Amino acid sequence: MDRRSWLKLSAAFGAAMFAMSGAQAQDTIKIGEMNSYKNFAAFLEPYKKGWELAVEQANASGGVLGKKIEIVSRDDNGNPGDAVRIAEELVTREKVSFLIGTFPSHVGLAVASFAKEKKVLFIAAEPLTDKIVWDQGNKYTFRLRASTYMQTAMLVPEAVKLKKKRWAIVYPNYEYGQSATAAFKQLMKAAQPDVEFVVEQAPPLGKIEAGAVADAIAAAKPDAIFSSLFGPDLAKFVREGQTRDLFKGVEVFNLLAGEPEYLDPLKDEAPAGWWVTGYPWYAITTPEHKAFADAYQKKFNDYPRLGSIVGYATVQSAVAAIKKAGSLDTEKLVAGMKGLTHSTPLGNITYRPQDHQSTMGAYVGKIGLKDGKGVMTDWYYADGAKFLPSDADVAKMRPAE
Amino acid sequence: MLANIVIQFMNGLAGASSLFLVAAGLSIIFGVSRIVNFAHGSLYMLGVYLAYTLVEFFGRSSIFGFWGGVLMAALCVGLIGVLIEIVVLRRIYRAPELFQLLATFALVLVIKDAALYIWGAEDLVGPRAAGLRGAVEIMGKRFPQYDLVLIAIGPVVLGLLWLLMNRTRWGTLVRAATQDREMVGALGVNQSGLFTGVFFLGAFLAGLGGAVQLPREPAQLMLDITVISDAFVVVVVGGMGSIGGAFLAALLIAQAKAFCIGIGDVSIFGTVFSFSKFTLVVEFVIMAVVLVVRPWGLLGKQQGVQRGAFMVEPPLYPLNQTFWIVVLAIVVLLGLIPFGGDNYLLVLLIDIAVFALFAVTLHFLMGPSGMVSFGHAAYFGLGCYGAALALLKLKLPMELALFAAPLAGGLGALVFGWFCVRLSGVYLAMLTLAFAQIAWSVIYQWDAFTGGSNGLIGLWPSEWLKNRAVFYAFALVLCVGSILFLWRVVHAPFGYALRAGRDSALRADAIGINVRRFQWFGFTLSGAFAGLAGGLFAFSKGSISPETLAVSRSVDGLVMVLLGGVQTLTGPVAGAALFTWLQDSIARNTEYWRAILGLTILVIVLAFPQGIAGFTKQVAARIGVMRREAV
Repeated sequence: MDRRSWLKLSAAFGAAMFAMSGAQAQDTIKIGEMNSYKNFAAFLEPYKKGWELAVEQANASGGVLGKKIEIVSRDDNGNPGDAVRIAEELVTREKVSFLIGTFPSHVGLAVASFAKEKKVLFIAAEPLTDKIVWDQGNKYTFRLRASTYMQTAMLVPEAVKLKKKRWAIVYPNYEYGQSATAAFKQLMKAAQPDVEFVVEQAPPLGKIEAGAVADAIAAAKPDAIFSSLFGPDLAKFVREGQTRDLFKGVEVFNLLAGEPEYLDPLKDEAPAGWWVTGYPWYAITTPEHKAFADAYQKKFNDYPRLGSIVGYATVQSAVAAIKKAGSLDTEKLVAGMKGLTHSTPLGNITYRPQDHQSTMGAYVGKIGLKDGKGVMTDWYYADGAKFLPSDADVAKMRPAE
Repeated sequence: MLANIVIQFMNGLAGASSLFLVAAGLSIIFGVSRIVNFAHGSLYMLGVYLAYTLVEFFGRSSIFGFWGGVLMAALCVGLIGVLIEIVVLRRIYRAPELFQLLATFALVLVIKDAALYIWGAEDLVGPRAAGLRGAVEIMGKRFPQYDLVLIAIGPVVLGLLWLLMNRTRWGTLVRAATQDREMVGALGVNQSGLFTGVFFLGAFLAGLGGAVQLPREPAQLMLDITVISDAFVVVVVGGMGSIGGAFLAALLIAQAKAFCIGIGDVSIFGTVFSFSKFTLVVEFVIMAVVLVVRPWGLLGKQQGVQRGAFMVEPPLYPLNQTFWIVVLAIVVLLGLIPFGGDNYLLVLLIDIAVFALFAVTLHFLMGPSGMVSFGHAAYFGLGCYGAALALLKLKLPMELALFAAPLAGGLGALVFGWFCVRLSGVYLAMLTLAFAQIAWSVIYQWDAFTGGSNGLIGLWPSEWLKNRAVFYAFALVLCVGSILFLWRVVHAPFGYALRAGRDSALRADAIGINVRRFQWFGFTLSGAFAGLAGGLFAFSKGSISPETLAVSRSVDGLVMVLLGGVQTLTGPVAGAALFTWLQDSIARNTEYWRAILGLTILVIVLAFPQGIAGFTKQVAARIGVMRREAV
């Protein structure tokens, strides 16, 4: 290559770079997204596809405030220290307008604390911890998904109907499992005072000795089991329990087990008859959901998981908030998020002004087997708005702004 | 009641088998090559994944398909072990032991991303074993048929290994190499062939341990870390290099877990104590107790010193004037950055300063004091929590709360150190790990006080430090000051005494140095400054969680020190800067940042077996020689 063509090439390159940087500064709204993609890949790969689809659709219909949406996405390594560093990077270097994302509760809480300190809007997509909107809630943090408390509360009415007295409880030994257990015991005692909790097992997350746990539960001769296991722990517990006949004549309730992320790996061993919360994407016929599912399957040639919905709805919330605020000013965005109502594939949701929790619900139903796969049957949509504590209780828990 | 006990006992036996297979492999590899193979858990994970694929391939419903798939998977993992030995480890047998550890850690990163690339992110639940899908009736309880087979596999493999080691020529050579590998080489045995064979056997056992778990354990990407820590514990409890010990330890730990689960909740004097929660940490408690009572494990013996492999560290020379001028120049340069750089650069530099201090405290233990810690994050994390609790619970102002950090870290090190300095080498390292895990599990579970798994939030610095540039200056002064202080200590009488104790405990003792007590104080000093690093970390992030004292943070610290080079004082600082910067910049640009980080470490390990600072020192020395020759 001679000198002249070098010059031409570098001039063209420079022009392109200039054009790109100019375009970014003028025509896009940057949103910072962070998640533990490597640590929770099974849930977060579909999640990423979900938000990609939402961004594509938002931009195809002209963007917001006349600008295109651009998501700057980072992996937070599933640890709060790295997450806060990345949040700072997104805010100070990438100049994003606000933050969305996060999966594990402790990372969500760390970013929420950062959002409060630096006065940045943060829409927590996935963390289930009740604390992020209640005990440790703050002005700048909003949360999309139905929390541990809400999902537990959705299962309780079905549990009460069965009038079982002796309950066994098994949960992963960290905050999510502990909160689910505490909420379940509290709500059950209130609804059915003669309930007894005969055994509690708290295996370490990801390291359940499933055979021993199943036998220990069987030894207590419970009428019913409440479990908040998920992922590999759930798969191991199901298999060992089935081999040992633990579930014969025993009703089982399991949070989250109907989510395709956790149900599909079980294949033909999916435990029929269990009550679960989840996402029966194959059977939902509402027009909002159909439009979403069709577009998703067309773009990715794969079926949506619950993660896809979460990713998709998070960006929908972000877009709706900007539209409502009419500006990228943080205080206006926060004001816009309060009471924001918009449509999602699961129907309309509202971010409650009193605690910044969205009313996104979950599907409650029983696991059935169809063509050698686990599916949800007898399911219905439980609207999140109906499974939240009273405003007075919320006010007691949530610190004043 | 009796039936329940018998069933839990059988569960324990079944759980022990696979643990034993992995631990035996690790133990054999360590015995001969003296390499602590961090990637052993990754080999186990590959065993599960490969078995999943191969069993599907051979047909999951036939008995031949299942067992053929399992055996093929184990063989494949054995061959992968051979590949690792030939490509990587063979080149660094002469490097310091810890450097080999770093190389195997890099392999962990690479294998994890490779598995993600090949098998994807979703958990893969393997099929049940063909022909053994059901259960048998034992005392009125149903017990899986497959678990009976597992119970048999452990003792059978133990017997086969015993025959191999005691009744074949190859086994005799392996045992000889375990005793004295130089002598075996001198007698004309092909050492590299022997080493490759040992690696095949060790990797095969890890692969088999994983493959037989296929019906019980879904294939997933976290298996490597889960298993390696269990395997380490088993090997150390049993005694490094002892296969029988590994079997005994696997049995002990698996039984302890099964019975903790079986006992469940027990009410003692009105307070309910949950034994099922205790499974989180039971193996580490067992390890701590065993090491305190029997320093070389249940059936272990003190290892003979390896000839040739033993390297006396070069003495550290007093810091000269040029050195101080360079340090001063760098500090001034760092002080000027807030006037030019962007805000995020400051955030990154605060992280680097904090981790540099952390790495220097770890180096203070590993280098001058000669004590390797696998659980150094404990003191960092205690510092975090000390500062955080002083701020939140005692309502102290942030400046005072920061004092609680070195106090907490130092106090933790004072208590744990008293036990640790009684041991040496790998056993000492594993005892530090055990204590770190115990501290971690207490913080992880003590919801009311430490915030449990969620940690504590809202730890922001005082008003005058809120500006990033000011906080940067604050952190820089504290970190640089502490680092210089620790460097000075190395050249103070205290440091000389520590180094004398490291190089020759006997001679140091003879001239009246109480080696153990000096080591104990050195341990405490290092812990206190690690705690300070933790305190600064907490206030720079605004939140902390039990991860601040998790194994992964200890490993990060080791990687920083080893990257920089353990033989120089400045190495850990260079290592911390490089590691933090690499992690930050690679993670932003690629999805497979783990693999890239791993490969980078491998390249560094193979190219500069002395670490970065060690390498520059060598180069500088060579240039100096050339100059002198020229004159």
